[in-house]
Amino acid sequence: MTASTTTIWLAILVGGVGTYAIRGSFIAVYGRLELPAGVENALRFVPAAVLAALVVPELAQVDGTPIAQSGLPPGDAIVRLLASDRLLAGLLAAVAAYVTEDVLATIVVGMGALLALGAL
Amino acid sequence: MSFLADFRSGTRDTAPVVLGIIPFGLVAGAAAVEAGLTGGQALGLSVIVFAGASQLAAIDLLGDGAPVAVVVGTILVINLRMVMYSASIAPHVARARRRWKALGAYLLTDQAYALSLAKFRSAETAGIGYYLGTAVPLWVCWQLCTVLGVVVGARVPPWLPLDFALPLVFLALLVPAVDDWATGMAALLGGTLTTVAVGLPYELALPVGAVVGVLAGVVTDAALGGEPA
Repeated sequence: MTASTTTIWLAILVGGVGTYAIRGSFIAVYGRLELPAGVENALRFVPAAVLAALVVPELAQVDGTPIAQSGLPPGDAIVRLLASDRLLAGLLAAVAAYVTEDVLATIVVGMGALLALGAL
Repeated sequence: MSFLADFRSGTRDTAPVVLGIIPFGLVAGAAAVEAGLTGGQALGLSVIVFAGASQLAAIDLLGDGAPVAVVVGTILVINLRMVMYSASIAPHVARARRRWKALGAYLLTDQAYALSLAKFRSAETAGIGYYLGTAVPLWVCWQLCTVLGVVVGARVPPWLPLDFALPLVFLALLVPAVDDWATGMAALLGGTLTTVAVGLPYELALPVGAVVGVLAGVVTDAALGGEPA
């Protein structure tokens, strides 16, 4: 059964305030608080690590299921993955991203490739 | 660059990204109504929490009548990754006025972070105006799509794989972010581990994968003596 009105609004408000605190954390304290040099250095790797964490699971799917949950033996899963439209389209889009360094061009190539491969 | 010119430049760059969040925003509205929330509550989630993955998880839990503590805990765990964004973007907006920083914190998303960091890395002069220029259109689109999702449901033409647009955006930003061995290792480990750990509860795979990726970058950097490839 759906939660009560009070529960829903309380969850929204507290969840929202907490999320704002998370978002604001370092933006608020930076400059007032000296970050350890090790942390400053580590921040350099945040974009590459996070972006890969956002992208790779979206490409590594078999029939719309994340590869780790496909239930297939690892060998079969990898074979299916290597032949999947999404991964191929993603690789073509990566080439486009490298050559053009443009978000729109990457989207056009990736979506175009996925549609074209699906139509084959 | 002036604030306004910066803002416009950010808005231009975010236009294709806005397209990518449309289906996600529609689902945020439609799923809420399907779970038994009111339209006002759906919009409340989008305005007050404003973080897609955590909204969908919260909707699911609220629909099942979960207690407040569980819903809030889930929202916060899923959004914990944004601590990294906050830390990463903080030096670039440090000189901005307080009210812009306060607004910027509220508007922080995967997309605005990724777009702005790419810009800040290549153009030292870009300021918080650019960041807000990327963030505001995403916010507006998110709210409009939520309302649309509430009213008409999540109807995207089935032949159009719009859900693929968002990963492509992140891919377009990932490629230039990998510029030496250390960032390469960060991406390799971050991407692989998240993919393997995708079954972890509360969407923990992403923060776990990302943190291990960052550590891999640090270790590789130290092993190579900080020399670029």
